[in-house]
Amino acid sequence: MKRGFPILAIVTALLLSFALYEALIVAPTEQTMGNVQRIFYYHVPSAWTAFLLFLINFVASVVYLARRNPKADILALVSAEVGVVFCTVVLITGPIWARPVWGIWWTWDLRLTLTLVLWLIYVSYLLLRRFSTGGKTPVIAAVVAIFGALDVPLVYFSIWIFRTQHPSPVIGDNGSLDPRMAHVLLINWAAFLCLAWLLCWTRYELEIAQRKVEEAQALESLMDGSR
Amino acid sequence: MSFLAITRATLAKDIRLEWRSKDAINAMLFFALLVVVIFSFAFDPTAEESRRIAGGLIWVAFLFAAVVALNQTWARELRNQVLDAYRVSPAPADPLFLAKAFGNFIFVGLLEALMAPLFIAFYKLRALGPAWELVPIAILGTWALVVNGTFFAAISLRTRSREIMLPLLLFPFSIPALLGMVNATTAVLTGEESTKFWIALLLAYDVVFTTACLLFFELVLESE
Repeated sequence: MKRGFPILAIVTALLLSFALYEALIVAPTEQTMGNVQRIFYYHVPSAWTAFLLFLINFVASVVYLARRNPKADILALVSAEVGVVFCTVVLITGPIWARPVWGIWWTWDLRLTLTLVLWLIYVSYLLLRRFSTGGKTPVIAAVVAIFGALDVPLVYFSIWIFRTQHPSPVIGDNGSLDPRMAHVLLINWAAFLCLAWLLCWTRYELEIAQRKVEEAQALESLMDGSR
Repeated sequence: MSFLAITRATLAKDIRLEWRSKDAINAMLFFALLVVVIFSFAFDPTAEESRRIAGGLIWVAFLFAAVVALNQTWARELRNQVLDAYRVSPAPADPLFLAKAFGNFIFVGLLEALMAPLFIAFYKLRALGPAWELVPIAILGTWALVVNGTFFAAISLRTRSREIMLPLLLFPFSIPALLGMVNATTAVLTGEESTKFWIALLLAYDVVFTTACLLFFELVLESE
């Protein structure tokens, strides 16, 4: 496994550079929006990656509760952390695009609101992990992660009613996407997935090392105490 | 002891404790009163405007005030190791949770009944829609707040600075319920829209999270 890490790092770097070239130079310029549309190649893959990571967080939490495997707990923690980072990218790149195209920074549209609420839920999950004391942090964190996943359809449904009752003028469905654009989008998504994988892997190893250090320190203070 | 007997005994104990000390209810009432007065100064609305904003103000005031009661739910049991005693007793966890949630429901419901006339007076409210619908909205909305609130209060017992952890957990998770309560109340006050969808949403929220709380409460109680 360890040998795979530098290979993944190189692949990620190459893919990211290639995706940057594709997005900025190869992809055709959008007719009405112009160059500002190119942020789409970062915005959408980040969103897909973030949602995938939140899904992994949910699955890992369920596995942890069923099997009590500490690796599942670390995976849940790591995927939530990296997911929040990508979700933040989505929430920052969105308004940058919306301001010149829609003329506003933000609207309470279905997808925007859902992303924001997801971000809030997972930040509160990470805060709980940070504030939690005692050895049972993984159990309560897993329970809260499952609550978060249960909340998502309800949030979706509530914003859906909200939006259908107050239609907003700025909901832009892309309709059919130019095949060249779709191609660039997929390359960018592949690059972002590799990056997310790399980040998760690094954070995973770091967390394992950190837990080993904590264990060793606890053991040491125990030995000192008994001496 | 049966499930029902344990629920009843715990609930009766909590109500007796609250009746004698009146800690939570006094703090909640005064807090909600302050929120009502401050909002009323801040907006000074006309009757027409207040119809549109009152739904939001009422539920925000109740949400903030409810956190006061929710924080006390389990903190009370930490003194004299009552919670540890409960954990080693053979009694199942679910009736304890239900009793606590019902207790909070009663306290917050009482608060709402006492504060509603004040809201009506200060904001010159008169419902243009069917006013009786406010009763199911209040019942479902209050339960939505207290069921998750009671659960998250038990979770925040396991954290540092638990008084601040509870709202940090409860507010993001309650967003759909809050949207439901606020919009249903506004719909009744303005009489412009139907409350049907919002009541269905609140009902779904209550069913989903009551089930989840009962499923996971034992895990949370045992995790020390």
